[in-house]
Amino acid sequence: MIANPQRRTLLKAAAGSLVVAIAPAALVDAGAAPAAAAAPASVNSWVVIAPDGAVTILSNTSEIGQGTGTAIAQILADELDLDWRTVRIDMAPVEDKFFNAGWGEYATYGSGGVARQFPQLRKAGAQARAMLIGAAAAQWNVVPAECDTEAGWVVHRASQRRQPYRALAASAATMPVPENPPLMPRERWRFMGKDIARLDLPAKTDGSASYGMDVKVPGMKVAAILQCPHFGGKLASVDAAPAMAVRGVLRVVQLDNAVAVVADSYWQAKKGLDALAPAWDLAKASRHTSSAYNAALVDAVNKGGAVYPPRNSSADKAQADYNTAMAGAVRTVDQLYTVPFLCHAPMEPMNATARVDKDGAELWLPTQTQSNSRAAIAKALGFEPARVTIHTTLSGGGFGRRIEYDFAVQAAQIARATGTTVKLVWSREEDMRHDFYRPAVAIKLTAGINADGMPVALQVGSACESLLEYSRNGADRERARPVDPSPIGEPPRYYNFAAILFRITTMDAGVPVGYWRSVATSQNGFAYESFIDELAHQSRQDPLAYRRKLLKAGSRELATLNAACARAHWEQAPAKGRHRGLAMVKANGSYVAIVVELSAGDGGKVKLHRITCAIDCGTAVNPKNVRSQAEGGIVYALSAAFYGEISLKDGAVEQSNFHDYRLIGLADMPPVDVLVIDSSEAPGGAGEETVGPLAPAVTNALFAATGKRVTTLPLSRSGFTLG
Amino acid sequence: MAHTININGKNHQVDADPDTPLLWVLRDSIGLTGTKFGCGAGLCGACTVHLNGQVARSCTVPLSAVGKARVTTIEALSPDRSHKLQQAWIIEQVPQCGYCQSGMLMAASALLRDKPKPTDADIDAAMTNLCRCGTYNRVRRAIKRAAGMPLGEAA
Repeated sequence: MIANPQRRTLLKAAAGSLVVAIAPAALVDAGAAPAAAAAPASVNSWVVIAPDGAVTILSNTSEIGQGTGTAIAQILADELDLDWRTVRIDMAPVEDKFFNAGWGEYATYGSGGVARQFPQLRKAGAQARAMLIGAAAAQWNVVPAECDTEAGWVVHRASQRRQPYRALAASAATMPVPENPPLMPRERWRFMGKDIARLDLPAKTDGSASYGMDVKVPGMKVAAILQCPHFGGKLASVDAAPAMAVRGVLRVVQLDNAVAVVADSYWQAKKGLDALAPAWDLAKASRHTSSAYNAALVDAVNKGGAVYPPRNSSADKAQADYNTAMAGAVRTVDQLYTVPFLCHAPMEPMNATARVDKDGAELWLPTQTQSNSRAAIAKALGFEPARVTIHTTLSGGGFGRRIEYDFAVQAAQIARATGTTVKLVWSREEDMRHDFYRPAVAIKLTAGINADGMPVALQVGSACESLLEYSRNGADRERARPVDPSPIGEPPRYYNFAAILFRITTMDAGVPVGYWRSVATSQNGFAYESFIDELAHQSRQDPLAYRRKLLKAGSRELATLNAACARAHWEQAPAKGRHRGLAMVKANGSYVAIVVELSAGDGGKVKLHRITCAIDCGTAVNPKNVRSQAEGGIVYALSAAFYGEISLKDGAVEQSNFHDYRLIGLADMPPVDVLVIDSSEAPGGAGEETVGPLAPAVTNALFAATGKRVTTLPLSRSGFTLG
Repeated sequence: MAHTININGKNHQVDADPDTPLLWVLRDSIGLTGTKFGCGAGLCGACTVHLNGQVARSCTVPLSAVGKARVTTIEALSPDRSHKLQQAWIIEQVPQCGYCQSGMLMAASALLRDKPKPTDADIDAAMTNLCRCGTYNRVRRAIKRAAGMPLGEAA
């Protein structure tokens, strides 16, 4: 038993909610078995047990704010049956055996940190437990089936013997690895499904948490960078002298499309950079301006793009199925939706620290993509990937931006040119102007409506840029055949349409685009849920009743919708002057419904009164954290809905900082009430699934309040702002 | 050029250009990285420190303007996370990525010193720091918890 534990605090946060915050114990053993060998022992790759009993659980998922490290620790700690006070987390090295089982790479995206490797993580923990039991049983000369575990100890009740894991770890590692170890039954879960305090949070309250921006390597210099403001432009020439004249500046480095200044400190590098007047070669640069490009997107969906058939079908069959379904329609409704480019704008601007010598490279990265970064950096430098070491730091937000490695390759190139370790720091202006944006999209929805006012078939036409063309330097662009299907996202097959027909047109603007929190659901959620609302109102049906008719009885979609609406008192009239809007999506194996209650005053001033959200993400490993992520996605989406817009002029972004890319603030926030639906289904995503339904819940509420149907975002374009 | 500035109760000799923002003096010259760079334009608050106890966005304060002012950074809020705001931040599980939270805590600590029982309007006015992870409602709750006030709805 652990004697004299440090303060183990059970804290009652508020009526009905309990947060368990456990301080690390002094790892003193009283009456324990003889200590193990002095070195820490890996029971299996994921778990290292130190002689003092500290258990380090490795995470293969970057900590970008979503708390997956603690969730992985909860999973392994339950399967292993650990004392939580002994648990630490660390990042796993970038090796094949740590690749996310669902993604086949070491990367953090698609809400897959728990959902895509839950069975594999459980199995790894269960295997380690079985091997520890095997080691004890061998020592005691008993059958493993007679043994059990208790919070870090193997016990043999019949003979009242017990051994701590730290004394067994070395021999456990030599035990055969069982192929199908028994998993910890739900009734014995002490961590999974509980509101466990996140292990990374205390350091985030005292300035000690270290992000990419905070990396310190002895002898390190700092670089500031200016990339060609026009996408696709190149650096023609630059006179380095004005920068070299600035105190502390060491070197000016020319890159293909950028100039960087290396100095002893960031401010000196920035002053040097600001003194330069680079000449850009714009021969191949984008010339697009948003007004014309947006009009071209609308033209494209009105003309109609090529049919994109579902797997195991053909364009002709998909069209024929749609035509057949449309025969049951008495009228047709169509509506057009437009949304702009959006930037990610994590609070920590892009940065990377790199050291390159003749033998290889070492980087310290706030990144969501370790194995791909390593490959890209190795390729850029002419090394084998094994010669590139990636250290993952905390990220000040990711949202899909750090799935790219442009800044990492730049840092490596600058470090090589300089011959010292270099930390490359992007300004906020560079971060905002050189993003991999959520594309600008035009979506045209067409539905055939039957005599009862219900839709029988849906046609979805999308026009936007191709993610595959730009993300990761176009590494996957060959998959865009015949066209990039990413605009499809999750087809709304949970609604009872007899046929859904997709048409896609790729409309290039030369602007790098990539994965923005919730990806295609961010634009499709807005379109589908605004449209369903419009159809409901047209046939004089309540939006909840209308959706209930379109969803399958007993479905998780229906249960989630009903849960959100019950909690929001949808079927009782709101207070005078208040109006509600509803939206729901399915994404990444999870189901989300949101009700927004607001009032709209003179001059387009909107007051948000309440946001109610129900999320069914299957087994919620850390429900408190799911609630925080759900709320986080809602706030992220609120900024985008009301204000978010990146516009282009002559192939350059017009916005540059938070004065012209406005974000929601604390004073704008209504109460946000998140219900995590209790479920023992397989885990789905929780990091991005509330983003898609938020905007349409707002615009549907605005329709109820004003009779005005908003089909373009941001809302500020329609004269609505938060009062 | 040598300057002497007082940070967290200690005098430091700093050799930096007078136009260097205090943010970069703290981070690069002194090595205190708890104060964060978010925008460089005073718009996000990630760089919030106290000057003579008053909030200041250190990315907009040049070294030449600091003079004899007492600079306080997040590192000095407490030696051991025992400040009532830090305790409340942990109980309420406020941070997500955490990058904005040093600034949030410095703004909150100045608020509580000026208004020990802040109203929602007081909190709205003082807490203008930006957060991309959407922790705002938990920030509000944690401030009220630290102030010993009713918390409002459960989170």
